[in-house]
Amino acid sequence: MILMILRQLMEKNMSSNEVLVGRSHEVAHQFDTAEQEFNTAKLGMWVFMAQEILFFGGLFVAYAVFRMMHPDMFREAAHHLSLKWGLLNTLFLLTSSFTMTLGERAIRQDKIKQGIMLLMTTVGLATAFMGVKAIEYAAKIHHGYLPAKWFFGEGMDNSLHLFFGIYFALTGLHGVHVIIGIGLILWLVYRTIRGEFGSHYFLPIEMVTLYWHLVDLVWTFLFPLLYLIR
Amino acid sequence: MSHVPNINFFKATTGLKSWLFTLDHKRIGLMYLGFIWFSFFLGGIFALLLRLELLFPNGWFLTDRQYDQLFTLHGAVMVFLFIIPSIPASLGNFFLPIMIGAKDVAFPRLNLASFYIYVVGAVFGIGSMLIGAVDTGWTFYTPYSTSTDTAVITMTLAAFILGFSSILTGVNFLATVHNMRAKGMTWFKMPLFVWSLYATAVIQILATPVLGITLLLLILEKTINIGIFDPSLGGDPILFQHFFWFYSHPAVYIMILPAMGLMSEMISTFSRRSIFGYRFMAYSSIAIAIIAFLVWGHHLFVSGQSMYANMIFSFLTYLVAIPSGIKVFNWMATMYKGSLDLKTPFLYALAFIFLFTIGGVTGIFLAALAVDIHLTDTYFVVAHFHYVMVGGTVMAFIGGMHYWWPKMIGKMYNEYWARVACFLIFLGFNLVFFVQFIMGSKGMPRRYHTYLDQFQPLHAFSTYGSWVLGLGFLVMIIYLIHSIFYGEKAPANPWNGITLEWKTESPPVLENFDKVPEITHDPYDFAAVDGKKYE
Repeated sequence: MILMILRQLMEKNMSSNEVLVGRSHEVAHQFDTAEQEFNTAKLGMWVFMAQEILFFGGLFVAYAVFRMMHPDMFREAAHHLSLKWGLLNTLFLLTSSFTMTLGERAIRQDKIKQGIMLLMTTVGLATAFMGVKAIEYAAKIHHGYLPAKWFFGEGMDNSLHLFFGIYFALTGLHGVHVIIGIGLILWLVYRTIRGEFGSHYFLPIEMVTLYWHLVDLVWTFLFPLLYLIR
Repeated sequence: MSHVPNINFFKATTGLKSWLFTLDHKRIGLMYLGFIWFSFFLGGIFALLLRLELLFPNGWFLTDRQYDQLFTLHGAVMVFLFIIPSIPASLGNFFLPIMIGAKDVAFPRLNLASFYIYVVGAVFGIGSMLIGAVDTGWTFYTPYSTSTDTAVITMTLAAFILGFSSILTGVNFLATVHNMRAKGMTWFKMPLFVWSLYATAVIQILATPVLGITLLLLILEKTINIGIFDPSLGGDPILFQHFFWFYSHPAVYIMILPAMGLMSEMISTFSRRSIFGYRFMAYSSIAIAIIAFLVWGHHLFVSGQSMYANMIFSFLTYLVAIPSGIKVFNWMATMYKGSLDLKTPFLYALAFIFLFTIGGVTGIFLAALAVDIHLTDTYFVVAHFHYVMVGGTVMAFIGGMHYWWPKMIGKMYNEYWARVACFLIFLGFNLVFFVQFIMGSKGMPRRYHTYLDQFQPLHAFSTYGSWVLGLGFLVMIIYLIHSIFYGEKAPANPWNGITLEWKTESPPVLENFDKVPEITHDPYDFAAVDGKKYE
């Protein structure tokens, strides 16, 4: 259904090639060249990602501190998380990073339709990730594995409630980043359909791709720290 | 590229909308300037009320709780709304692109966004005062902040939002310095104000997100009790202090570094001498930015931190004195045998050197472990950081504002009244805070509005001083506003400065320069410009 609408939209906007060829990107007034614009935006994005790492860094430090205080509790806590769902989600996210990069590459080569399909696949995988997350959250909430004060789950260790405070904070914050990413990619798809991107201009795609890799990267740390170390 | 007409940025477009949606860094800088001074006067009124309450030893017109709320609001407004954005967001925004010969910052839309994020943060902050002002102190220490019923969530949310404004400004400035410099403007031809903003941007980007996550966790702690900071749930309140100061100590350098940059501009221009040890000045800014991240533990000397951590943090804190000392000595050396022109901005620069040195040296006292245990949470600490923040940053900020007022507004202020205000501010400031060193060393604790009778004369002295200080600012605001309407028209280069901002009209044209200037000399090479040799 969605694919049908997309196809129609694309046909409407890109019935002929001249739309693509005719378009050129105008460099913002403060820059002298497109190259300067591209490099500046890229630097800005990398610096912004450094900021993101520090933002998550606080939570990772909290994780380390509490793990040091309660090593046995953390070992037990990992058993309350589902390795199966975690693994599936890791697979989803890693694949989505792959399709995102392929999508960027396709658009840079003016293979617009292919690019849009790949971006939509990325959105699909990200949505699937959030779906699995929702299933996991529902199970945790059902069994009472809730943050600190609300905790009523079963467990051997009497500080287990602390783990779930950190678990929800970390995965919740990461989830917010995934949702923002989905929004950004959909915005890219919209602009691509309007014919704004191609080999002549792909700056926003490059930026969102970087962001998406970061979201993926954070998860590749979360998964072992929360699920795998048992 | 379209050709931009050669008219000044005030007249280029008109109407309210042309300001609200402007992407011009100069207009955004001026809007910041307005909001920042508004915040300063709000925080200043709180300060005057605090001092008034302290006139008598048994309290006067405030209850305990109202006093707690008032000093918290004074701190939170002054730190988050005034001093952190102060110089970078206003003067930095206006002059960074001009000083490196660029048409604008790297990301003008992001610049406008960070301005509006600041406004939203300010609305939250000021709104929180109306719905139940916070009484935790501006540091929001747990567990008190998680148990008090005042509006902690709104105020921390405000600080969180303001933090993002600060980060985005940092990202913007860093990219601007890296990629927007005019041809020939190499790294070591950049004015030192630009260097200091660059060092500041690094701290803004790398430290502020930690405050963001800390305040977010505090909000989660208060709303859904995640237990990380709450000792009754097994959490660790000391962790909050570590997190908080991991940002808030570097934040001190976010406040002072741009001020140091302004100092270098003013000192060299009004001494008509090349800055002494230019490279050392640039490197010391970067050194301060790096060491800034390694000293946060000195706020936890009495919080139950390990003794060995205390020793290391104490040592690292002493290290900060080295680059700071380099700067002070280099300013002195710059003035040596210079032809000094005692204009108002330069008077503020001299005030900075005097006051910042006192603030810095008393900082060394506090870095010493044994002394600090005696002085922790006394008026000595209060006096110390006011000497650094007000005596340092605010003096440089006012000085810088006077230095660039003709350039920004296009009008000259009244030099006579400016000197009067400068004298009142300098005198008033010392009256308020010098006695606080004495009170603190005798054991007067901070954050209490009742005190032993023996402190009454000193407290009263301090309160009288606050009136002189307040009067100084009042005079300043009057002649500055007067100058906007009735001031003489400013020439392009009233102080004979030689950095790039003096090579465009006052006020600057829309894209800063009619044509991109050629960079032919070092930023402070007065000898080359004047064509004679200075000893």
